Amino acid sequence: MSAPAMVGRREFIRTGAAIGGGLLVGLYAPLSNEPGSAFAAAKDVALNAFVRIGADESVTVVAAHSEMGQGVYTSLPMLLNEELQADWSKIRVEAAPVDKVYNHPVFGMQMTGGSTTSPAEWERYRKMGATARVMLVEAAAKQWGVEASNCKVEKGHVVHAATNKRASYGSLANAAAQLTPPENVPLKNPKDFTLVGKPRRRLDTPSKVNGTAQFGLDVSIPGMLTAVVARPPVFGGKVAKLDASEASKVPGVKSVQQVPSGVAVIAERFWPAKLGREKLVIEWDLGPNAGLSTEKMLRDFAETAMKPGAVAKKTGDPEAALKTAAKTLTAEYDVPYLAHAMMEPLNCVVDLRVDSCEIWTGTQFETVDRASAAQVAGLPPEKVQLHTTFLGGGFGRRANPSSDFVVEAVHVAKAAKAPVKVVWTREDDLRGGWYRPMWHDRFVAGLDGNGDPIAWTHTIVGQSIMQGTLFEGFAVKDGIDSTSVEGAADVLYGFPNLQVDLHTPKIGVPVQWWRSVGHSHTGFSVEAFFDEVAHAGGQDPYELRRKLLANQPRMKAVLELAAQKANWGSKLPPRVGRGIATHFSFDSYVAQVVEASVEKGLVKVHRVVCAVDCGLVINPDTVKAQMEGGIIFGLTAALKTEITLKDGRVEQGNFHDYQMVRMFESPEIEVHIVPSGASPTGVGEPGVPPVAPALTNAIFAATGKRVRRLPIRSSDLA
Amino acid sequence: MTSFHVNGKPVQVDVDPSTPLLWVLRDSLGMTGTKFGCGMALCGACTVHLDGKAIRSCVSPVSRVAGKRVTTIEGLSENLTHPLQRAWIELDVPQCGYCQSGQIMSAAVLLAENPKPTDKDIDEAMSGNICRCGTYSRIRSAIHKAAALAAEGRAK
Repeated sequence: MSAPAMVGRREFIRTGAAIGGGLLVGLYAPLSNEPGSAFAAAKDVALNAFVRIGADESVTVVAAHSEMGQGVYTSLPMLLNEELQADWSKIRVEAAPVDKVYNHPVFGMQMTGGSTTSPAEWERYRKMGATARVMLVEAAAKQWGVEASNCKVEKGHVVHAATNKRASYGSLANAAAQLTPPENVPLKNPKDFTLVGKPRRRLDTPSKVNGTAQFGLDVSIPGMLTAVVARPPVFGGKVAKLDASEASKVPGVKSVQQVPSGVAVIAERFWPAKLGREKLVIEWDLGPNAGLSTEKMLRDFAETAMKPGAVAKKTGDPEAALKTAAKTLTAEYDVPYLAHAMMEPLNCVVDLRVDSCEIWTGTQFETVDRASAAQVAGLPPEKVQLHTTFLGGGFGRRANPSSDFVVEAVHVAKAAKAPVKVVWTREDDLRGGWYRPMWHDRFVAGLDGNGDPIAWTHTIVGQSIMQGTLFEGFAVKDGIDSTSVEGAADVLYGFPNLQVDLHTPKIGVPVQWWRSVGHSHTGFSVEAFFDEVAHAGGQDPYELRRKLLANQPRMKAVLELAAQKANWGSKLPPRVGRGIATHFSFDSYVAQVVEASVEKGLVKVHRVVCAVDCGLVINPDTVKAQMEGGIIFGLTAALKTEITLKDGRVEQGNFHDYQMVRMFESPEIEVHIVPSGASPTGVGEPGVPPVAPALTNAIFAATGKRVRRLPIRSSDLA
Repeated sequence: MTSFHVNGKPVQVDVDPSTPLLWVLRDSLGMTGTKFGCGMALCGACTVHLDGKAIRSCVSPVSRVAGKRVTTIEGLSENLTHPLQRAWIELDVPQCGYCQSGQIMSAAVLLAENPKPTDKDIDEAMSGNICRCGTYSRIRSAIHKAAALAAEGRAK
């Protein structure tokens, strides 16, 4: 999901957080030993929905957002404890159950996405910590018969210096919970922060290095069966004829059931389920998408881009400016469908009973998943309990607008008449759709006699992600999905005459937000074409960027920092090229410099220098990790992956034909953070967009070859 | 019935002998630290040790391990004391964490065979393990760190 798609998003966050903060003091009765919990809950006292304190002094922070690697199970406790001031070694974290109290302050539902956890929770978690602290202090003051204002807190204790009294949070929690939560507790001035802004080790790391972290696939409940589903080979296909006789004979297979998404083989364990599925004989009614071909789509998109589309942005008069230009430049860029390919394939455990339902899964979309599951189960949502486990990667896929992997599992559980875990194999996952859309970008630029761009026109062709989702009302206006043009229509460069228009073809391939959403194509095309324009005008690509960012001080500073750290302009070894790119996304500013060479048609990325301004930093090490990870994610898209369709069928299936960047291809990465006092902005996604163009720009510098489609092919470098 | 040792303890399982060790560990023995990523020995998430060698358990039929000793992430150390676990924690390597059991088990064999690996050695030993979150640079640093920690341990 794309946060900038929201009109006035920052404003929304401010007011949203304020409203949320006022509502959040209701008590929440904790569930003990939830299998989905990151840590087992002791018998402890809730001071509000976000923090519980145990008699053993443990402090459990309830995370309203899912941990999928981005570090929120550490940053949310940091925010809360900045105000609570408990002993950090006593902090535990636990996934929130589904409850509207945990709704995302901006999006109004419980979810994780859009690189928004830090910006959205920055106030709420501190407020919850502060509220709890004030209650603990009041409880102590009452017990001691002293003024609360004369008490201090230190490392999980309330202290009254004058009488030399001291009590631990654990001993005060019960009394504190009886008090009325205060309103409008003042928060610390950021200059007094002791936790926020300093590197802090992640709370979830120990469990991730000894095998104890529980992902969805690891959940096991009594009596549980395991199912795999045979899904149609073409999107929208249906079962025409099923012969399950051989499958049913496989030892361990319990039953074979038709469900709306295909045919489920339900077995005692995974392996017999998989063997059973191999024995199914299914005749499919392939439906209307059997002719889909990405090769044809490429040609269609290019043709469509020659026609004017719906205007997403227009400043000045680009048409007139192009007529007066000393030089014009045209280029077309293509990027493919991409699968998220999280390391943990999709899965979901469902225990459906007559009057209730319990679900365990790694999801980014709790509210939607619960509502969708309830509908299939024929239960009111409050009768459905959903436990969020750790996510073995998300990247957007686990925030599915139709809750595909949850809905299907409820159907299977209904048919199985037993608790069931639906497991997707890697092939199921890669062929399951909900891809980053294929996109075609066509540019025409006009340069004046000095080589400065005086006109910039950009036509985009690609499916809408937001159409048909809950976010359509926010994100789609006058036929323009703002996520299709994000990073293009709001480009930061000061082009005097700019036009961006959009064609939105309807194609039967389900598409979805994929780490950095629309920026994943505009970051590439805009920054690569910018490089072409700079060279066409005889200008240094870094200097031209600086010039056109004159009114964007934050981006200009990031650009300059990256260039300086990478020694822009200095001599490189023979055949190594240096490329630069910037991109603004999720309200964060990122610039990257890539050093790369090409040998025998193979690209070698030597070094990536990244500078980021994401406002006030909560955990610097997490920001670095997210930039490092975003860069590798972006390099995989630049160098390796594409989902193609032929005769409606996805041609890739596993990591041999959908390859990831691996250790030996992983460059040296340096991340530099610009210090800032501005409100925190996103970091999960903004590291992705600039790396592909910085790389192709480096390849141009090294070889003179301009790469205009991803992934980069040897044939485009010859 | 197939008998073997897991993390020093004898186990017996009654499954089709062609069942991959991965699913025996996960579904029959309830040991879920070893992960399923691809089922084709392409990603390394399922890496375990068989008599001290790294194998991909997703393509190793349980018949292959009969009478042998299997070590999984759960058996790497008591209380997170293995140098790799200490280094992983110190450098905060994991993000989502799903691939890290396999990464650590591959790294453990590398260090056992080569106590002071170079970057090139690490490339060769670790390129069978995919990390979609992109923690490679930290894995590399952590392996060097673990090598140093292990050397310190030996010097004591």
